[in-house]
Amino acid sequence: MAVTRMTYAEAAVLAVANAMRDDPRVVVMGEDVGRGGIFQQYKGLQARFGAERVIDTPISEATIVGAGVGMALVGMRPVVEMRVVDFALCGMDEIVNQAAKNRYMFGGQGRVPLVMRMPIGLWANSAAQHSQSLEAWFAHLPGVVVMCPATPQDNYSMLTQALRGEDPVIYMENKELWGLQGEVDDTRVHEPGRAQVLRQGDDLSIVSWSAAVHTATQAAEALAAQGVNASVIDLGTLWPWDRDTVLRDAARTRRLLVVHDAVQPGGFGAEVAATAVQATGCRIARLGAPRIPVGYASRLEAVARISPAAVIEAALSLMADAPAAAAV
Amino acid sequence: MIDLYRTMARIRAFELAAEVASQGGVGVLGAKVDERAKVRGPLHLSIGQEAVAAGVCAHLRREDLLTSTHRGHGHTLAKGGNVRRMMAELFGRADGSNGGKGGSMHIADFSVGMLGANGVVTAGLPIACGAAHALKLQGKPNVVACFFGDGAINRGPFLEALNWAAVYRLPVLFVCEDNRYSATTSTAGLTAGPGVAARANALGVPSETVDGNDVEAVSAMAERLVAKVRGGEGPQLLHALTWRVRGHVSVDTQAYRDPQDLQGALDADPLKRARARALASGVSAAQLDAIDAEVQAEIDDAVAFADASPPPDVAAAYTDIQTTGAGAWL
Repeated sequence: MAVTRMTYAEAAVLAVANAMRDDPRVVVMGEDVGRGGIFQQYKGLQARFGAERVIDTPISEATIVGAGVGMALVGMRPVVEMRVVDFALCGMDEIVNQAAKNRYMFGGQGRVPLVMRMPIGLWANSAAQHSQSLEAWFAHLPGVVVMCPATPQDNYSMLTQALRGEDPVIYMENKELWGLQGEVDDTRVHEPGRAQVLRQGDDLSIVSWSAAVHTATQAAEALAAQGVNASVIDLGTLWPWDRDTVLRDAARTRRLLVVHDAVQPGGFGAEVAATAVQATGCRIARLGAPRIPVGYASRLEAVARISPAAVIEAALSLMADAPAAAAV
Repeated sequence: MIDLYRTMARIRAFELAAEVASQGGVGVLGAKVDERAKVRGPLHLSIGQEAVAAGVCAHLRREDLLTSTHRGHGHTLAKGGNVRRMMAELFGRADGSNGGKGGSMHIADFSVGMLGANGVVTAGLPIACGAAHALKLQGKPNVVACFFGDGAINRGPFLEALNWAAVYRLPVLFVCEDNRYSATTSTAGLTAGPGVAARANALGVPSETVDGNDVEAVSAMAERLVAKVRGGEGPQLLHALTWRVRGHVSVDTQAYRDPQDLQGALDADPLKRARARALASGVSAAQLDAIDAEVQAEIDDAVAFADASPPPDVAAAYTDIQTTGAGAWL
């Protein structure tokens, strides 16, 4: 076991490097991966494993994903890089109609162990086409696992897990977390669909994933100073998601707040909230971005950003209107 | 020649049987589906285009791979797909090649390297690239045949995939099965410039055009091009000009089609032409009739097999989706 301090990007490099070292079937494909990828999330891999296994591709998103499907069907385990989720849309048919449906549609004749990396989240001053969080689109898609790591440890453990799967994984890192430092234990295993309770409080449960986990944690710390104790749960995997952990905590606190950077209407928070209210009768609130494209100017961009202050406000209003606890 | 004729005759018999079994199987414009129809939903028949599938697949080994279009029965049969299981798939039965989960539009037989018919035009090209890329990385001596239609050349992934295959020198034989129609619209008026072969050449994929209703010509050209691809010369493109006899889909009455165009398609029937050529070269009519009877018996047996197979268990709706996160989450 080795515990090392590293960045979110370095944790991803380590996960892929270990997989490539241990399994010759693992290959990487994507634009600019040879020079380490645009976020250095593939740093040094081409030098170490060669250009045949770390493949610089044309700017051809449909074929990056489609070729990934074909490779996977023929016994390889490709990792394909989409740069940002916004560009994954150029390969949407290949993701939705090919990768996700192959196993089912052909009656299990083939399998598609394909990891598709497509970072979500805002990206400072990068405007509307580089700032989307589209995880709900993919959680809605039968046939894929959806992972949204929040920390270097998660990025290492979850990507390691994704690389061991036998089905397509939509792997959504975050555009603004690449430089985040943290301890990484390279023996720690992520169990897909297992949430992490980062804080435990009795007053309300805050559920989140990806970068919003950090926003929620900051808010929870400030709330604690005001005497409001919130649980913070990092869902980590959006599909399958850890209903048991969320429902158990929501049943205990009777209040659930879901926080995500994605647009609120139709966001995955609605799924979590509806499930919780059906199962526990708890009070719910959702906090996501307004339904607007992300603007370039910092002042406009800030409108689409979920701030700790907004989380605090949402938490306090949920506390204020809390109905009497009902029997679960 | 006899083998090519047999493959074409098998495809024709299969398609005609599927067509009969699908009568009334689609509710069009509010019409009710005939409950007696065994084959339901969209059925894309390759009647008239058999020479392309037969001529190309004659030069593929069992371990070679193939990707196909929504009109994929012929390709699958020519690759050696199991006829009984294919027909059962069209019937939507448990013993179908896909367990009843795909139907005609997703006909496949992975056991013979046929990686599936695709409901999305052009979608097979990137997949073929990836399959070929894997073969190359694995150091295998195999190739991928990638069938697509003339309509596919106007979608972006066509350009992406040809460029990709050329850049990495992948063992792909691209086969443009040009039946002159993009669904129900003539492709000629929709395609700028000189067409598929010129586009391929411009992308560094050498291309050749052949009369796609002359099975011997297709076979001879495919033999040459497959040898090049297998020999590491990179991707090649075979442009086979053919005719679609039936509509885009079984319920398409082709009212949009010029009668002369349709007559041209019937006159160019690849089976008729192959038969005439076989007779001229000394094959007896009795021999050809025997082949016709033999494949018809094979198809009759497949229909009986399909009809005797049960529909899939309802529980199958929830299987083969994904291992992690599967199940009936409502």
